[in-house]
Amino acid sequence: MNHPYFPHTEEDIRQMMEKCGVSSLRELYSDVPSDCIYEGEYNLPKAMSELEVRRHFASLASQNVPLKIFAGAGAYDHYSPAVVPYILSRSEFSTAYTPYQAEISQGTLRAVFEWQSMICRITGMDVANASMYDGATSAAESMMMAVAASRKKNRFIVSASLLPQVLDVVSTYARFHGIDLVEVPVEDGVTSLTELKTELESADVAGVMMPGINRYGVIEDLAEAVEAAHSAGALFVEYCDPSAMTVLKTAGEWGADVACGDAQTLGMPLNFGGPYCGFMACRQEYMRKLPGRLVGETVDADGKRAFVLTLQAREQHIRREKATSNICSNQSLMALYATVYLSLMGPAGMRKVNDLSYAGAHFLKGELLRTGYFEEPFSVERPFLKEFVLRPRRDAEKLCGMLADRGFLAALPLGEGLVSFCVTEKHDRIECEELVNAVKSAFDALGGARE
Amino acid sequence: MKYYDKLIFELSQNGRCGCSLPDNGFGETSCTELPTALQRAQAPELPQVSEPDVVRHYTNLSSMNFGVDTGFYPLGSCTMKYNPKINEEIAALPGFTSVHPLQPLSTVMGCVQVYKELSDYLCSITGMSAFTLNPFAGAHGELTGLMLMKHYHLLHGDVSRRKVIVPDSAHGTNPASAAVCGFEVVQVKSRPDGRVDVEDLKPLLDETVAGMMMTNPNTLGLFETGIREIAQLVHDCGGLLYYDGANLNPLIGVVRPGDMGFDILHLNLHKSFSTPHGGGGPGAGPVGISEKLKGSLPQPDFYCGEQEFSMGRISGFQGNFGVILRALAYILMLGRENVKLLGSYATLSANYIKVCLKDCYELPIDSVCKHEFVFDGLKDKSNEVTTLDVAKRLLDYGFHAPTIYFPLLFHQSLMIEPTETESRQTLDEFIKVMRTIAEEAATSPDMVKSAPHNTPVRRPDETQAARHPILKA
Amino acid sequence: MAKLIEGLKYSESHEWVKVEGEIALIGITDYAQHALGNITYVDMPSEDDEVFAGEEFGAVESTKIASDLFSPVSGVVTEVNSALEDAPELINEDAYANWIIKVKMSDPSELETLLDPAAYEAICK
Repeated sequence: MNHPYFPHTEEDIRQMMEKCGVSSLRELYSDVPSDCIYEGEYNLPKAMSELEVRRHFASLASQNVPLKIFAGAGAYDHYSPAVVPYILSRSEFSTAYTPYQAEISQGTLRAVFEWQSMICRITGMDVANASMYDGATSAAESMMMAVAASRKKNRFIVSASLLPQVLDVVSTYARFHGIDLVEVPVEDGVTSLTELKTELESADVAGVMMPGINRYGVIEDLAEAVEAAHSAGALFVEYCDPSAMTVLKTAGEWGADVACGDAQTLGMPLNFGGPYCGFMACRQEYMRKLPGRLVGETVDADGKRAFVLTLQAREQHIRREKATSNICSNQSLMALYATVYLSLMGPAGMRKVNDLSYAGAHFLKGELLRTGYFEEPFSVERPFLKEFVLRPRRDAEKLCGMLADRGFLAALPLGEGLVSFCVTEKHDRIECEELVNAVKSAFDALGGARE
Repeated sequence: MKYYDKLIFELSQNGRCGCSLPDNGFGETSCTELPTALQRAQAPELPQVSEPDVVRHYTNLSSMNFGVDTGFYPLGSCTMKYNPKINEEIAALPGFTSVHPLQPLSTVMGCVQVYKELSDYLCSITGMSAFTLNPFAGAHGELTGLMLMKHYHLLHGDVSRRKVIVPDSAHGTNPASAAVCGFEVVQVKSRPDGRVDVEDLKPLLDETVAGMMMTNPNTLGLFETGIREIAQLVHDCGGLLYYDGANLNPLIGVVRPGDMGFDILHLNLHKSFSTPHGGGGPGAGPVGISEKLKGSLPQPDFYCGEQEFSMGRISGFQGNFGVILRALAYILMLGRENVKLLGSYATLSANYIKVCLKDCYELPIDSVCKHEFVFDGLKDKSNEVTTLDVAKRLLDYGFHAPTIYFPLLFHQSLMIEPTETESRQTLDEFIKVMRTIAEEAATSPDMVKSAPHNTPVRRPDETQAARHPILKA
Repeated sequence: MAKLIEGLKYSESHEWVKVEGEIALIGITDYAQHALGNITYVDMPSEDDEVFAGEEFGAVESTKIASDLFSPVSGVVTEVNSALEDAPELINEDAYANWIIKVKMSDPSELETLLDPAAYEAICK
């Protein structure tokens, strides 16, 4: 019996070999030096039937412990309507390659065009690309773009209030690409403006990157930082959450030149970290510096509206030794995910997602403080939306594990004696109260430490 | 395929909504309580549409798209094989999709096991020592691999190695990845038989060379017969040899890159390992290394744990896990006995098409090919029917076009890759249509030059799109 | 056959130079615009930027390819042809009537290293 993925029968193979003038399949490799041919056995199991594959993965999945997610830190547990995975399962979308042949790819091209439009409308930017891999790499690409756009400057400033994994990726890219990266410290929960201004005194700063919502969940006021960057002749990049930005001040309103981040917050499953969907958008004047693919509107030979990959000469250009990005395939299907999600939600739905998250997070923070096991982390109360940090009076590092034993992912340790929580529209009051009880029980087990 | 002209924004009516969310059980609290300076002035102009509007709109869009499930997709260097459906079900299991990337290790042992199994199997298939599954795409894997190369030399205090050698037939991403990684690119020529010119290579190799990138079989579908000598030469000068895995498919089950002397490689799970390409991602570009680079893979590494000399971090979390699951399901379905057949079936199919068409299409290098081969346009060029015209006419017949105008070694490159999952009947139909088009080029060239004629849109005006870019609605 | 104009100087990288006193007008040749096809964008330096003979000063993009521009002479950019920003197709219409930049030359002797029409025509074959 043939394998289901291999249609060639013995007779097909015989006839095709005859046509090719070979007497064995091995003869097709007669140009391969014999010491390169692998004659050994592969360390793989015997072929499984579909039924056995199903069993194997069911067993692997059962080794994961399901937790109620009250944590973010770069991956957020938002609700996604049933329509989204349904549309994504259409194989006309999922089994297509990059839309090189526009005539038979109008589905992908139109969807990407809609995605570009939505990202622009959310961020207040003029141009958005077809997507990046994830938030962290979109930040690294933004840095390289800012340095390339400046032509001669080679220093880039990042705020230490960015997510740690974003900082790690940015610093790895900077090290290998040869960019002089400077980290501005955090002061009392927000980027230190004094330090930022000092660093901007150096003449060769190409750009500054700060988060709209930082690693502590704090919404940063970017006005002064944008002004300082611009007066130093540097570009300003905002790392942002597109879900939250449907209610928060946009990158465009702050005056940023580039917006980047992760669209995972637009309902994408947590999926142990991927696939998510990075995005990148900029002001009109930097359009030609924007890496990645772009879809544009035009007309076809009959004058009908049509969409194509455009400004692709830039992809040829990357053959040069000066390339500042090598991105080709991105996360197109996940961009479609976000586009379908945003179509369903609309402005009213996004408002509600944020209101529910805000309300839940503020309720949970209040309840946790009331247990007496936590302190406010900063000297003043900082504004936040769905994510916040607290300072446990003891055992900040242990709490997360103890809550996992009680069925929750919460109180992620951030170092500095802080832990973070996150609430989305998926959590109701009862679940928040269950978490508070689990926290109490964890601290009781640790021997209490209430004020 | 039927033309459908709407954008989702054009369906919008104030007051419509396509979602239902629970009531606020926390009272009147809402984000309007935030300081006004932190709120946006107006809600974003997202579409206001009903659920049926959304379903119908995207279903209509999908009907203007061509995927592997629609028909034969012989796109050279892209390995558009069938995407098994069991993989989709596996990737959608809630036991995987609901896992947060920062959960405590003890709660994600199933995911860790997935990483372990796929890494082990990829090591066995390629002959490498260890893998990172973190890179998100082929080009991302390439960049990661080159970072590993640079990192290796720096760890050994070797700071003078700033050059990377790339053949003139290489994929366009190779030099771009090298440049992004801060290397200088040096090109090595091909011989008339399409293989790397070893004599041209020799003088380039010195103590400034960090390594050389190759794809084997190369972009002409030809096996680099001098690979052993090249590996020796590159290693003798202290460099590392990099394998671009875009063309791995014909070697699976027959030849292992590790045995040919490669030190670093990337794979494309969305090519050789059957995961759907998604219209441009998400893919995955795992990177494998030989023994001498062990301990330097990027963080996080769930399987190998802390990497002693890690080169850094290249992804927010641990890669496109959903893609990794699909590739593992595929390998398990094949098993050790079918993995051995895969490459030779792909190679047989390519040679079969080539032999059946070389009398009407120009075959610049006539020797046994691997998974793909390149024609230099029609044999009869008297009517000036180009490769682009042939490609567009194929669309009329319900086939996807091959890769065109790549590699750059020929003016009319037409690069055909059938893969092992296409039946002989499909190959025969394709051959028949290609022959018909060659005839049409001779008898009614204008009709071919103005193709396609029965697709949802016809040739788009790319000049207008680029001169006056409209990039959003 | 691509058009050539007597009295202009040509570079091997397909730029032309027209000398007006100490100012050099620089554009791309008719042969180059043919090879590029429909030009969609010209990336130009800013006024007062310094350019160096043989070094890149910008790029032209067509639907097919992006190609670097190399300055045939050294000096300071005194003017860029802003008409090309909105209408890059002007180069396709007449490559010699549409200069890209004007440069105040710092070393006019560099002109001697450039090609005359006959020599340039020879390399285009």
